[in-house]
Amino acid sequence: MTIWLAVTRGANYRTKTLISTAFRSLRTSLTTFASGDAREGTSRKPAYMSSGTYYRSSHFGASEARQQVNHFSSDDEEDKSQVLDFPGGPVPYTDEMRFLPGSSEKRVQCYRVLDDEGYPLSSTQFQHVRKEVAVKMYSGMVTLQAMDTVIYEAQRQGRISFYMTSYGEEAVNLGSVAALSDDDIVLPQYREPGVMLWRGFELQQFVDQFFGNKNDIGKGRQMPTHYGSNKHNVLTISAPLATQLPQAVGAAYSLKMDKKDACVVTYFGDGCSSEGDFHASLNFAAVMEVPIVYICRNNGWAISTPVTEQFRIDGIVVKGQAYGIQSIRVDGNDVLAVYNAVRAAREIAIKEQRPILIEALTYRVGHHSTSDDSTKYRPVDEIEHWKTARNPVSIFRKWIQRSGWWSDKEESEFRANIRKQVIHAVQVAEKTEKAPIGNIFSDVYEKLPKNLMEQEKLLKETVKRYPRDFPNAPL
Amino acid sequence: MASSIIQRIGAATSFDTNNNYFHRRSFSGRQSSFVVVRSDGANITTRLKPNGGRTHHLVTNAVATKPHTSAASKPGHEILLFDALREGLEEEMDRDPRVCIMGEDVGHYGGSYKVTKGLAPKYGDLRVLDTPIAENAFTGMGIGAAMTGLRPIIEGMNMGFLLLAFNQISNNCGMLHYTSGGQFKIPVVIRGPGGVGRQLGAEHSQRLESYFQSIPGIQMVACSTPYNAKGLMKAAIRSDNPVILFEHVLLYNLKETIPDEEYVLNLEEAEMVRPGQHVTILTYSRMRYHVMQAAKTLVNKGYDPEVIDIRSLKPFDLHTIGNSVKKTHRVLIVEECMRTGGIGASLTAAINENFHDYLDAPIVCLSSQDVPTPYAGTLEEWTVVQPPQIVAAVEQLCQ
Repeated sequence: MTIWLAVTRGANYRTKTLISTAFRSLRTSLTTFASGDAREGTSRKPAYMSSGTYYRSSHFGASEARQQVNHFSSDDEEDKSQVLDFPGGPVPYTDEMRFLPGSSEKRVQCYRVLDDEGYPLSSTQFQHVRKEVAVKMYSGMVTLQAMDTVIYEAQRQGRISFYMTSYGEEAVNLGSVAALSDDDIVLPQYREPGVMLWRGFELQQFVDQFFGNKNDIGKGRQMPTHYGSNKHNVLTISAPLATQLPQAVGAAYSLKMDKKDACVVTYFGDGCSSEGDFHASLNFAAVMEVPIVYICRNNGWAISTPVTEQFRIDGIVVKGQAYGIQSIRVDGNDVLAVYNAVRAAREIAIKEQRPILIEALTYRVGHHSTSDDSTKYRPVDEIEHWKTARNPVSIFRKWIQRSGWWSDKEESEFRANIRKQVIHAVQVAEKTEKAPIGNIFSDVYEKLPKNLMEQEKLLKETVKRYPRDFPNAPL
Repeated sequence: MASSIIQRIGAATSFDTNNNYFHRRSFSGRQSSFVVVRSDGANITTRLKPNGGRTHHLVTNAVATKPHTSAASKPGHEILLFDALREGLEEEMDRDPRVCIMGEDVGHYGGSYKVTKGLAPKYGDLRVLDTPIAENAFTGMGIGAAMTGLRPIIEGMNMGFLLLAFNQISNNCGMLHYTSGGQFKIPVVIRGPGGVGRQLGAEHSQRLESYFQSIPGIQMVACSTPYNAKGLMKAAIRSDNPVILFEHVLLYNLKETIPDEEYVLNLEEAEMVRPGQHVTILTYSRMRYHVMQAAKTLVNKGYDPEVIDIRSLKPFDLHTIGNSVKKTHRVLIVEECMRTGGIGASLTAAINENFHDYLDAPIVCLSSQDVPTPYAGTLEEWTVVQPPQIVAAVEQLCQ
């Protein structure tokens, strides 16, 4: 708790921004419904909100309106007559015409636990992780790397058509999911296979999905890396960006209705934050007061568009404020930082029934997908730097070995073993029959309708009649 | 008579002659045609007539009638269409706590046409949720909620605004059950007022059924009377498929007596409005009333049109339609969609493909012109099909 409090109420933020009465007044008018009672009986100086607070209404009757008051010393004396009574709260007038700055001079600080060499920062107050969790996180990261390597090679060999790697983002993947409970509903974007891995989705299941064979949980219908599993509380990935964000609000709404001790976690990238759905979703989540943790993987690139061309503001963390959402920026390559932040965020989201935004700064070491060659639009040494000096897996490996929970021997054994497992899974998946033709038509509706029955019949007849044109068709 | 009954019933359902009648059929294959079932379970014979066995007398009553209500002992209650929708909503919300409503101004304001009036005070602000203005977002929200166990009803303040939700409706609502391998279902109902007629201008007079009809995975129905509005609403909510329910801005104040007992209609069924012999007129929503008005004139002129309200826009009830075509051999489609790419265009193709041999004349389709709907009253009126045009078309068809 103290960690996030320190960040949101960081002294730097308050003093550095140009605070004028106009600024403060805009702030109060940005808050949601003010209950009149809280305002009465205050001192002559109007109450202002600090950066880390918000004003909630008792909209659903369930939550109490809370207010944290922070009194700034104002430049000028203001009496109550200089106040506009406006929905949302009284707005103090000013005779100074001052524009709010578009952004603050200093960038929002980034929370980290380990330094680049894997040593805990001296002043850090991180929550200690147990050995099992740490080892599981680390082995998950290595597994993810192994899977990426083998499958990427398989795609290049023409054995599957498409793949998206998660190089460089292993810490965001595993650090976040490790902090969740199995009841938390996850809506990924497409670069979070670590979530499924952690929750027990088998390597073979992954590879079956990539091959679209008859064992594919998605029945051969979605692109590789666009999986989902009801059993593991991970909703199926949809390719268009940001569609999962409003859906996440819906899922959180359903949790709120059921009063479950769980939250929704949804992932998205820096480019995705430009989509309209992102803004609407944050706004909805704040207004509906639902338990949802937004995790933004700011990896610097949206295919070939760098963040400098994606938005004109200090990243995604500052956007939370525009919607009344508490936000934090973390070092996405530091597993322990991600773990801590998500754990804390989850607690707030569930206990206080409101959204939290986490921006994880990381780097997309690999290409956007197998259809992309990122060396065409970014310098190779930049990629190399993040691949080596800021590699999340190596940083964490240093820490975990120093803690005595891992060794070089285990490392080489594990890597060799897991690579073999993935290769074996590929070989099995390749030999498995493709998804049957019937899968084209089933699940479009709850039950197969007449027109689709006819269309299926027609297709199967055609396949039977021209076997040479439809070789190996799995009827 | 008896044989036609047996033929009609098929294997599907059993008739419950009690007055507490509730029937519904699954979406897969059908073997029998069912007429809209009214409150009184008595008099099965007369109700099964429409597609066969009645060759002698002309039904001179041109307006949609409730068959043999004189034999009914239940009084029913008079209700306006918007209220019938609300009744359906309320009954389903009472029945299943997972049913919830979301949209703009659906809460205490009661919805743009008062369909959700009184529900927020009764069920609370959480179950009848007012959302900020972002159609794609609240549609997406409904989809996410549906995937995690709720049964949301998403209201578009006007159907035209749902164009903003097209991404979620097409790419997710229709698809996620499929792409997830059947793991997640999306039992949402998307509803709202659409159509032409209140001088709302081009942007608020959209006929979205044209644009949505291609989306795989969704079902579309259009209500036209208080009776079928309530029945279709309930059926849509109970269906596990995503259903888009099209209401019409001009029909909300229609009054009708509907049964007191609970009833649910079949989503995939067309409604026989007026049985006839000479020509099959297929229509839906508001155009049904223009057709019935034209039918009065036609009857006076000696024609016997068979009027079918297709109700199910996706999929078409080709069984009822087919039986009608086989009887009359002439088809006139009257719709409010635009000429190009509308429901009529698809229906024409479907009938031509399936019943070509039974047609004595090419199918005639009367639609609105391919223009944005103008605001001025007279101009707006002339962009929709009017009864004289329907009469003229029938006269020409039956030459």
